[in-house]
Amino acid sequence: MIDYSWLLVAIPLASAALLLLLGRRADAWGHLLGVLAAAGAFVVGLLVFLEVMGQPSEDRIHDVFLYSWIPAGDLHIDAGLRIDPLSLTFVLLITFVGTLIHIYSIGYMAHDAARRRFFAYLNLFVAAMLLLVLADSYALLFVGWEGVGLASYLLIGFWNHNLEYAVAAKKAFVMNRVGDMGLIIAMGLLFAAIGSVSFTDVDAAVTAGALSTAQVTAVGLMLLLGAVGKSAQFPLQAWLGDAMAGPTPVSALIHAATMVTAGVYLVVRSRLIFEASPTAQLVVACIGAFTLLLGAAIACAKDDIKKSLAGSTMSQIGYMVLAAGLGPIGYAFAIFHLVTHGFFKAGLFLGAGSVMHANGDSTDMRTYGALRKVMLVTWLTFGACWLAIMGVPPFSGFYSKDKIIESAFVGEGWQPWVFGGAALIGAGVTAFYMSRMFFLTFHGKARWVEAGATVAPDDPRPVRHPHESPLVMTVPIIVLAIGALGLGFALTLGNGITGWLEPVTGHYDHDAHHAVLPVPVITVTTLVLVALGIALAWRQYGMSPVPLTAPTGSALTRAARRDFYADDVNEGLVMRPGQHLTRTLVYADTAVVDGAVRGTASGAVGLGQLARKLQNGYVRSYAAMILAGVVLAGIVLHLVRM
Amino acid sequence: MTLLHYLVLSGVLFTIGAATVLTRRNAILAFMGVELMLNSCNLALVTFSRIHGTLTGQVMAFFVMVVAAAEVVVGLAIIVSIYRARRTVSVDEPSLLKN
Amino acid sequence: MDTAVGTGAEAVIFWVIGPLMVIAALALLFARKPVHAAVGLIFVMIGMAFLYTTLEAPFLGVAQVVVYTGAIMILFVFVLMLVGVDAADSVAETIAGQRAIAVLLAVGLAAVLIGVVVTATLPTAVGLTDANAGTNPVGVAHEIFGKTVFALELVGVLLVIAALGAITLTHKEALSPARNQQAAVRLRQRAYARGEGSQVLTPLPAPGVYATHNAADVPALDPQGNPIDVSVPRVLRIRGQELAPSAVDGHVAEIAQGAYLQPRPTSFGELAGETQDPPTQSTASGPAADDPTASGPTAHETTRNTAEETQS
Repeated sequence: MIDYSWLLVAIPLASAALLLLLGRRADAWGHLLGVLAAAGAFVVGLLVFLEVMGQPSEDRIHDVFLYSWIPAGDLHIDAGLRIDPLSLTFVLLITFVGTLIHIYSIGYMAHDAARRRFFAYLNLFVAAMLLLVLADSYALLFVGWEGVGLASYLLIGFWNHNLEYAVAAKKAFVMNRVGDMGLIIAMGLLFAAIGSVSFTDVDAAVTAGALSTAQVTAVGLMLLLGAVGKSAQFPLQAWLGDAMAGPTPVSALIHAATMVTAGVYLVVRSRLIFEASPTAQLVVACIGAFTLLLGAAIACAKDDIKKSLAGSTMSQIGYMVLAAGLGPIGYAFAIFHLVTHGFFKAGLFLGAGSVMHANGDSTDMRTYGALRKVMLVTWLTFGACWLAIMGVPPFSGFYSKDKIIESAFVGEGWQPWVFGGAALIGAGVTAFYMSRMFFLTFHGKARWVEAGATVAPDDPRPVRHPHESPLVMTVPIIVLAIGALGLGFALTLGNGITGWLEPVTGHYDHDAHHAVLPVPVITVTTLVLVALGIALAWRQYGMSPVPLTAPTGSALTRAARRDFYADDVNEGLVMRPGQHLTRTLVYADTAVVDGAVRGTASGAVGLGQLARKLQNGYVRSYAAMILAGVVLAGIVLHLVRM
Repeated sequence: MTLLHYLVLSGVLFTIGAATVLTRRNAILAFMGVELMLNSCNLALVTFSRIHGTLTGQVMAFFVMVVAAAEVVVGLAIIVSIYRARRTVSVDEPSLLKN
Repeated sequence: MDTAVGTGAEAVIFWVIGPLMVIAALALLFARKPVHAAVGLIFVMIGMAFLYTTLEAPFLGVAQVVVYTGAIMILFVFVLMLVGVDAADSVAETIAGQRAIAVLLAVGLAAVLIGVVVTATLPTAVGLTDANAGTNPVGVAHEIFGKTVFALELVGVLLVIAALGAITLTHKEALSPARNQQAAVRLRQRAYARGEGSQVLTPLPAPGVYATHNAADVPALDPQGNPIDVSVPRVLRIRGQELAPSAVDGHVAEIAQGAYLQPRPTSFGELAGETQDPPTQSTASGPAADDPTASGPTAHETTRNTAEETQS
């Protein structure tokens, strides 16, 4: 089955091509084909997974050669797939969550005229994402990397008739390009240094010490730049909030569960490079720690349910990046958290989509409230995911996030205290903003009016008719909620996920290293902080009435509402200088380059005009020229001879 | 008396012939200038023949004479036909070589 | 640089002929009339023949006289005669700066040529005594018909081609059949029938020839003593060189003034069937016949055009 793993990429890609090429003829059944393609990829992934599971641990890494892709002299790149526990984990996550979200989209996009196109893009995304995680070289990974960027762009701007959404898509695309530049530079550095970009060769070269520390650090930082762009980490985090302009299933699949975690995948996949460069590794951890707090702060301030979830995603990926930056101790936990996060965050997004669906596509949490009575299934599933993300035992987030917090406290010097403290505070803030979201949406008093009810004319509350979503939408959420509930426990059974990932992440003896604080102390502190966060949120949003319009708030809240002025910083530091630079370049192009070209032309014309004067038609002038030539030749010959 | 003087005379005559081509507008006169140049070359050839003590230079001069005769026949025929067509033998007819 | 060969006599010949050749060549540059320039060139070429002879090349000297002076220059003079006087003969310059350029280039060329010759290292002159042992023409013939016989054949072909080329270039296609006497008569009759031309059907009378004067420029007198203008050759009339009969001698003048005048017929035109009142119908000899005393240039002038048509 491993030899047929190319089907993983081929099936969704073929489906996407078919849906796009057939056009409106496929409108009637296009969504079903899309779901089938995703499900087919999942089945193939599952078969491959089972086969690999049946092999001994040390034989679980397979390289599947597909074809010679770029045979250009010294640059020889083969297209091949890397089947190993890491890529298979991603394959299963992508195809399983992807299939669920495909099914959910049938209901969510039921009223959209372009549903077929939506499914084509989703399939395209799945194919590109699978190519990204299955690639056996940075070059092929880059193809998938760009493919998911393209799919992300297409899907964020799916409703591009709305100018804001189109701008958001463009913003995401452009900011991702900044990261991609880092990836390209990293590939260039690797190729210059070792002449290959395949994982096998790079790992071998790094292990053999073929690269100097400076080179490794440069490669690591450039890879990190790519990861930061794709995973919306500081300083390239500003696009993720705007990316919520896309349909909610897109936010769930691309901007929560899979694509944004590609940065974490890249760091873990390149772990040998980062291990060889402690500087780069430290930068990774710092960025993760900083972003987890930044994202949490943004999530606390937003009233838009999806943007709040986007801040939360940023924060949770910050945890993963932090874990990946901690070294061998954290890789498995980063991937573990990535998987559980994929489930519960997708569940949260789908739940949010369900709530929006019921509330006329309004995303303002201040107009929700008391929805648990009318949306029981959504309330229950959202609640499960809410408990999971906060890390409440025995939900899955507890198993994964707690491990990361524990790992952050391992080490020497200032690092465990800073990283551990950040992770700990992040857990508390996570509890606060998730509880705030949960209570604002499902509890408290209704801040809307049931359609048909008698209303006072000066009532500012919007008229709504909330209702439970159809089965096709609720079933996937239920499945995801079950995953959020039990996945953590299931995967830790008998060292499940760490043992499974060991061929890739390397062996780490957890008993040999100890945290600076006793593990029970850390766990209890975390749970206390979580409880505090929930209580605070309940006091503020559960018990007391919530105003329809947001209060002014503190300076921190105002800053967080504006994403800590990330847009202003980007515009001031990058966009405007860029525009000025472009204008200068255009001017330089017109004046200097074009001027040179035109100057050459007019110079040639002028010379021609001068030469034309010589061609006056008088035979005697021509004779004079001939004689002048003779005289000159005579002089030259004479001089040369002398 | 050295044979050098013949060569200098040859050079002077050649220069006069060239100047004639440059300054006279009458095609026949310009043509005469060309003939003068050819003749001065012949003088140099014959002088060289004497310097080297071989007759090759004279033979060369003989061939120059014959070719000059052929050239004059054709050249004058051209001048005559041009005169017939344009009623002038000026080489400055600007439209002849322009455009 | 010892290239001295020959005797003092050679130096004398060179120093006499050389400067003269240069002066004659300068005629090409400065002579106003092309014929003068041609004569100058002929002098140069004959001088050249002299120099060839002193340079131990008598064959070439003779050939120079025969080919250049006798053939080529005569051709030039013939063409000059064909073309005639032309505005291009003027020495005034028409191209701006051409003269300055010509002077500059001529000086430069002379400097280069003479500089090269003067600074050159020439071998010791051998002289042609050995080569001309069996006389110069024999030596040259050995060379020409020996080593360069193929070139000679080629030159023969070249000469034939040149001759054909000259014929082709100067050949004039007849645009209309040549006019013979018969056609001339027919034309004249047609003109007479239409009332055009001189209205004379017979051949024109010859100009008067008198004992005291070779008088091709004096018109003949008709039987009445009136001058017949058309009898004077056209060229003379155009140039205004004809004379009145009265200017020739007394006897002719008497005749012309009507001393022997018979009453009738009064004019040559009447003989040709002219009407009686010529003043209104201006005919060839009308005015002169009416008023014999008015046989001045004015009277001749009026008859000129009609006479011209008939004679051409």
